[in-house]
Order: sequence, then structure tokens, then C-alpha cells
Amino acid sequence: MALNVWMFYFLATVIAVCSVLTITSRRILRAAFYLLCVLVATAGLYFLFDYQFMAGVQLVLYAGGIVVLIIFSILLTSHISQKFPKPEAIRLITGIVVGVSGFALAMLAILKYAFKATDSAAIRIDMHTIGNQLLGTGKNGYALPFEVISILLLAAMIGAIIIAKKGK
Amino acid sequence: MDYSYTLLILLIPFLAFVFIGLAGMKFKPVVSGLIGTVGLGLVFMLSWYTAWQYFFVGGLVDGEYPKIIAMSVDWLHFSSSLTIRMGILLDPISVMMLVVVSSVSFMVHIYSLGYMKGEKGFARFYSFLSLFTFSMLGLVVATNIFQMYVFWELVGVSSFLLIGFYYQKPSAVAASKKAFIVTRFADLGFLIGILLLSFFTQTFDFEILTRSDHSIFSNAASSTFMGMSVLTWSCILIFMGGAGKSAMFPFHIWLPDAMEGPTPVSALIHAATMVVAGVFLVARMFPVFYFQAPDALDVVAYVGGFTSLFAAIIACTQYDIKRILAFSTLSQIGYMMLALGVSGFDGHEGTGYMASMFHLFTHAFFKALLFLGAGAIIHAVHSNVMQDMGGLRKYLPVTHITFLIACLTIAGVPFLSAFFSKDEILVAAYHHDKLLFAVEFLVAGITAFYMFRLYFTVFWGKERQYHHTPHEAPRVMTIPLMILAFGSIFAGYLPFARLVTADSRPFESHLDFGIAIPSVLIGLAGIVLAWILYRKESSLPERIVRSLGGFYRMVYHKFYVDEIYLFITRNIIFNYISRPVAWFDRHVVDGAMNGIGWITVTSSKMIRGLQSGNVPQYGMVFALGAIVLVLVFAFLIR
Amino acid sequence: MIEGIPITHVLIVSAFMFFAGICGFIVRRNMITILMSIELILNAVSINMVVFNKYLFPDQLQGHFFALFIVGIAAAEASVAIALIINIYRRLASINVEQVNEMKH
Repeated sequence: MALNVWMFYFLATVIAVCSVLTITSRRILRAAFYLLCVLVATAGLYFLFDYQFMAGVQLVLYAGGIVVLIIFSILLTSHISQKFPKPEAIRLITGIVVGVSGFALAMLAILKYAFKATDSAAIRIDMHTIGNQLLGTGKNGYALPFEVISILLLAAMIGAIIIAKKGK
Repeated sequence: MDYSYTLLILLIPFLAFVFIGLAGMKFKPVVSGLIGTVGLGLVFMLSWYTAWQYFFVGGLVDGEYPKIIAMSVDWLHFSSSLTIRMGILLDPISVMMLVVVSSVSFMVHIYSLGYMKGEKGFARFYSFLSLFTFSMLGLVVATNIFQMYVFWELVGVSSFLLIGFYYQKPSAVAASKKAFIVTRFADLGFLIGILLLSFFTQTFDFEILTRSDHSIFSNAASSTFMGMSVLTWSCILIFMGGAGKSAMFPFHIWLPDAMEGPTPVSALIHAATMVVAGVFLVARMFPVFYFQAPDALDVVAYVGGFTSLFAAIIACTQYDIKRILAFSTLSQIGYMMLALGVSGFDGHEGTGYMASMFHLFTHAFFKALLFLGAGAIIHAVHSNVMQDMGGLRKYLPVTHITFLIACLTIAGVPFLSAFFSKDEILVAAYHHDKLLFAVEFLVAGITAFYMFRLYFTVFWGKERQYHHTPHEAPRVMTIPLMILAFGSIFAGYLPFARLVTADSRPFESHLDFGIAIPSVLIGLAGIVLAWILYRKESSLPERIVRSLGGFYRMVYHKFYVDEIYLFITRNIIFNYISRPVAWFDRHVVDGAMNGIGWITVTSSKMIRGLQSGNVPQYGMVFALGAIVLVLVFAFLIR
Repeated sequence: MIEGIPITHVLIVSAFMFFAGICGFIVRRNMITILMSIELILNAVSINMVVFNKYLFPDQLQGHFFALFIVGIAAAEASVAIALIINIYRRLASINVEQVNEMKH
């Protein structure tokens, strides 16, 4: 087997195992750590796909930003040494049922559908193309979504500050 | 001749009722009394004026007294063939009734100024009296049977209000309910009779129904139901309504209990006017009865005869003076019904009809006099029962003399008014049915007996110690007594056969000595028997009572008719009919409504559960819903 | 397109992560763990976008940019969520999601 195939299955296993551990772990800091593992493994997957920019963004924002933020809030709000109590049976059963049934449905859809690739030639993905398209206004330009998301980020920032402010 | 002023006869009492009813509490009570009395005085004068105009100025038209429609308005217009009108019809019997009702009502109004003085509901009393007078007058001048039914019910309501006047007494409330329910039940028959009759003849109008041209009945002549023609059925049902209002057997049970009302009410309603409404109804419908349903007339006669005997026997055993007078009323109305039942139509054949109306006229005077006199006695002694009275002739002179005159009248003593009217009835009965004649002959004797039993016990008999001396009633009460006594004596001299007859043509009536003399003798026998037993204190009555034993007990309890009715309603109707129906109503009908409510509330509670505020639950519903939708749209719906 | 790895395998991985996230959202009681489950979901979607772009439409960059924007939005959303959680902690001294249930019937 080629190394990338092997790498892919390794990363897939890490993702699967760590995501299950995230949702079942009984200590909160460990759950955060498993989340970090999942995100790093995803970044690895992106590297495998040759999407280096994406992988970089994933590492910086998700792993470096969001997980750190989560850990900060854990430290602010919880006793990190205490264990969670076991979830109630009915909740567990409901969750498992929903998850399993949804997964089965998704599997059914994936396996039955015939994915047809397009015939056009692949383009080379490098910073030049990404940059042009991100800020371009032509046919494949993403200037408008770019501006919108920057406003969204601004609004989120302001909102977060106001919500978390110690009010009078 | 313009008779439109007769509208005032109806309007004045109605306005008095409204005015006193709404504003009476704002004035001193005596003001309401005076308004009522003055109004009735005007009505009284207008009625006599109308009578004079109708009989003497207008007089005969083509040999008969005409039916005059003084006014008629369309009240409810459904289609061209179905219109209900209200109007005023003047013909001999309605004009006579106008005179009777307004005179007795006027006397009662004056009397009540004294009798009801100091009572708490004085203004209310006068407003109800005016309402009653209005309703009764409306009933007698009705142009069509539907208007008569409307006023019939109004009269029933006024009677209910007046019997239950002392509404804080449970016995009065029970009596008024009983009166209303019994008469209402009888009115069911009346309504069905009206509907039957008007269905087959296509009209409500009296003028058309009682015309000499009988073509409107040709439709109905062929239809029969269970062996009798529909017209006979409808007449019998209409008579059932009349029997209820006039307290004929078996609907008589309400009249003795109706004595719970104040005495002037008993005088007005239950002696002179309302209870004769049934007789008036049969008289009004007489051509229909006589020509189309002669079997119904037989029913009328026998019911009347039976009731008069039945009531007369019971009256001999009662101790409450008002109750004795109530049974006496039942008996006399039986006379009137019987007279109608045995009557013919043309000229002299119609003696029964003429006699019935004549007796109605005289009865109003002497019965009202008896009741008002009883009121004066009760006012003096503060008790209704005979055992508390005796030797009152010394203390109540005016009352004594007028009461005596009334008792002599009812006993049929010659030259007083009832002698003439009763004689005519006996003549009519003799020529028609000997059995009925024998019954009425016997009842005449019994009547004399129990009336004089009452008279002697109250005014002679044992001298009792009264804790405060009884005093004569005030002048405002004795003057009506004297006026009514005058009427009792002289009303018999009116040439009635020339005024009120079956076919509206006058005829000459004469005294039949072959019948008059025996009836006078049996009356005198009754008086003598009462003299022997009751004039002085004696133990003879008790010995007779003891020897009659069980029979006496049965008669004293009014033949247990009330108990039988109570048994039937309580044990049979309540248990087997009312209870299941009530159960059905409570559980099925209400249950369905409650069930709808319960379903709504429960389902809303279940739906509310979705908004539990529990976020993971929201997530679950969301995810599950999305999965289900995908399943449905991707796989089930093609 | 990576030789040897059919598209369905990658999609199965992302589907697994997605439903794991949903399961965690329903089961977990601490608000921060719920937030972590949400991050899992978003991440799974992001992988999906990238995979479709790489395998089915290699001549365009739409999936790539979509994934980029998803990451950006996830960041914004996580920050607001943390702010809310901190505020709730201040008021209720607990971040148990069952105690935050006042918007109910």
C-alpha cells in the first residue's frame, strides 16, 4: 500500500476514536484534549489532500484559537478535577438512537449514490490562486462573502465583549 | 260606531303596571295604590260605557248582536296565509266579561287599600294586580285564538306572581309553582288543540271559526284519528286547557293551595275572573263545539258535573274558610261548564249557554263578596281556620250582613241573583240529561249546607275568648262589600236572555216553577240541616264524623288526589323518566362538552412538553426530525 | 484525488464525526462539552466540503472557500458561546444545561 493510503487510514482511526472519546470522557479537561487531537488529525487530513492553506488555517484557528478559548473557559468555570456523573439512561439511549439512525441513513446515502467526477482539468492550488479568488470580484470572486464575514467577526467580537462584561 | 276607545281599557292597566312596577318604590306605598285604583276606576267606567253603547245604543243588527272588531293590528306576519293579529273583538260575551272583570277588579283595588295596608310589597301588589287585569281583559277581547293563548299565559304568570306574593313563605312558593305547573301542563293540551284546529281550518280567527257558514270545516270532517274526528280531538284538547285554568277535575289540585295568596287576590283571580277563563273559552268556541264536535260537549258537561259534586262533598269537611270558598268556586264553575255542555244553539235551545254566562256574571259578584268578607273576618281574627272563630256577628256587623246576603244568594234563595241563574242551569240540564240534572240538584242542596255550616260556625256558634276584641274592617274595606252585596241582590234582575245568548239573538226566558220550587226546597233543607248542627254549640257534628269514620277521613284529605299525583310524579316519573334523562344530560351531553375541553387541555399539555427549556431535548428533536424528513422525502415520496 | 482512497471512505469518516457530535450534543450536560460537540459537527462539515471539492470538482475552489468560511464562523460562534457561558456561570454558579431552562411553557 502506498504511504498516503496508510496515512489516511491512520488519521481516520484517530479521528473516529478521539471524537468518541470527546463525547464520552468524564473529565472535562480530557475531553478538551481529545478535541484538540481530532482537530489536529483533521489538519493532517487536509495536508494529505494537498490543501496546505486550509490545513494551516485549521491549525491556527481551530486548534490554536478555539480550543485554547475552550480551555480558558473550562478553567474559569469548572472544577477540573471532579468527574462528571454518568448520564441518565434515557438520555443516553436517545442520543445513541439518534446518532446510530442518522449514521445509518448517511451510510445508506453515501453508499448508494454514484459519485461522478467532472471532466475538466484540475487547477493548481497555491496562494496566488487563493488570494486572487478570495478578493476577486469577477466570476469566481469571493470578495462579498469575505467582507460579510469580516463584519460578522466584528459583530461577534463586540457581542462577546458586551455579554461577558461585568455589568452594573 | 267607533269603538276604538276600547283600546284604553287595555292600555290603562298596562301602563299602570309598568309605571308602578318601575317607579313604585320611589313613592309612598299609598300613592301606588291610588294610581292603580284610579286607573281601574277609569277602566270600570269605560267598560260600563262600552256595554251601554254595545247593547243599547248599537243594539241589534239584523236581529242579532254583531261581532264588532274594534281594532286589529298585524303582529307577526309570516306569509300571506299565516299572520298573527292582535285586536279587540266586541260581542255579547266579551262585553259582559269586560264589565265583570273591571267591576270586580275595581272593588278589589279599593278593598286592598285597606287590607294590604302596611304590607311590605304594597306597590308590587298593585303593579301585579294591574298586570293581571290587563291580561284578563286582553284575553276576553281576543280576536283570534292565538291572541287568547298569549293572554292566557300572561294571566297564568300574573296568577303565579300573585299567589307567591308572600315569597318568603315556602308554602306560598310551593303553591304558586303548583298552580303554574298544573295550568301549564293543561295548556299543552290547549296548544296542541289550537294547532290541530288551525291546521285543518287554516285560520286562528274567532269570527271566521264561529261563522254560520261551516265550509272551513269540510277539510277536517273526513280526517279521523283513533276513532274520533280531528275536530273532536282538537276541541277536547282545547277544553283540557280550559279545564286546567278553571280547575276542573283532574286539574283542580292547584286551586285550594292557591289560597296561600292574599285574600284580595283570591277574590279577584280565583273566584271571579281567572278561573272562569276556561268557561269563557268554551263559550267563545261554542259554535265549533256544538256543530263540529258534539261529543266534546258531552265531555265538558260530565267533567263539570263530576267536579261540582266532588268539590261540594269535600267542602263539607274543611276547616279553613278560604279553602271552603275555594271548593265552592270549583263547584260553581262545574255548574257553568255543565250548563255549557248541555246547551243547544238556536234561540230557546241555547238556554244552557245563556244560563252559564248568567251564572258567571252573578257568581263573580257573590263569590268576590264571599272572599272579601272572609278577608275582613281574617283581618279581624288573624286566623284562617274556623275553630278560631265564633259569635262574630256582634263584632262585625257590616261584614255579617253582607256575608249573609252572599250565603243566601249561593244557596239559591228566591229573589236573589243566583236563584235566577241557577234555575236556568237546572232547566237546561233537565231537558238534556236527567242524570246530570240529578247531580246538580243534589249539589245545590250540599252547597247550601256547607255554606251555612261556614256561616253559622263563624258568626253564631260558640262564643270564643279573643285576646283582642275583633273590630270591624275600615270603611275602605266595607264599602266594596256593600257594593258587591247590592250587585248580588239585583244582578239577577237583568234580562240576560235578551243580551247574551248562543246565537247572539235575544229570546225570552221564563221561570220554570216545576224545577225552581224543588231546588229552593232542597236549598232550604240544606240551610236547616246546617242550622241544626252548627247554630249552637253541639256535639252532633262530631258524632256524625265519628260514625262516618274512614269515608270522612278520605273526604277530609280531598280523596287523596294530591297524594296520588305526588306518588305518580315522585315514584314513577322522577325515577323512571327524569333520572335516566338527567343522567343522559349530565354524562352524555355535558360529558361530550367536557370531553372536548379535556381533550384540548390534555393535548395542549402534551404539546407544551415540547417547550421544556431543555436544550439537549431541542437538539434531539431537531436531529430526529431532520432524519425523519430525509427518510420521507428521499425514500418514501417518489 | 488521492489514489487508492475512494470518496466514500472519507465521507464515512466525516459522517461518523458528525453523528458523534450530534450524540454528544444530546447526551452531555456541561455546556462547554456541548460546545465541543458543536465544534465536532462543524469540523465534519468542513471535511465534507473539502472532499467534494477535491474529488468531484477539482477545477473550482468553492468547497475550499466554504470550508474557510465555516472555520471563520465557528470561531465567531465559539467566542460568543463562551461569553454567554461565562455570564451564565456568574448568575447561576453552575454550567449545567438543565438549570438553564427558564424559557419554557
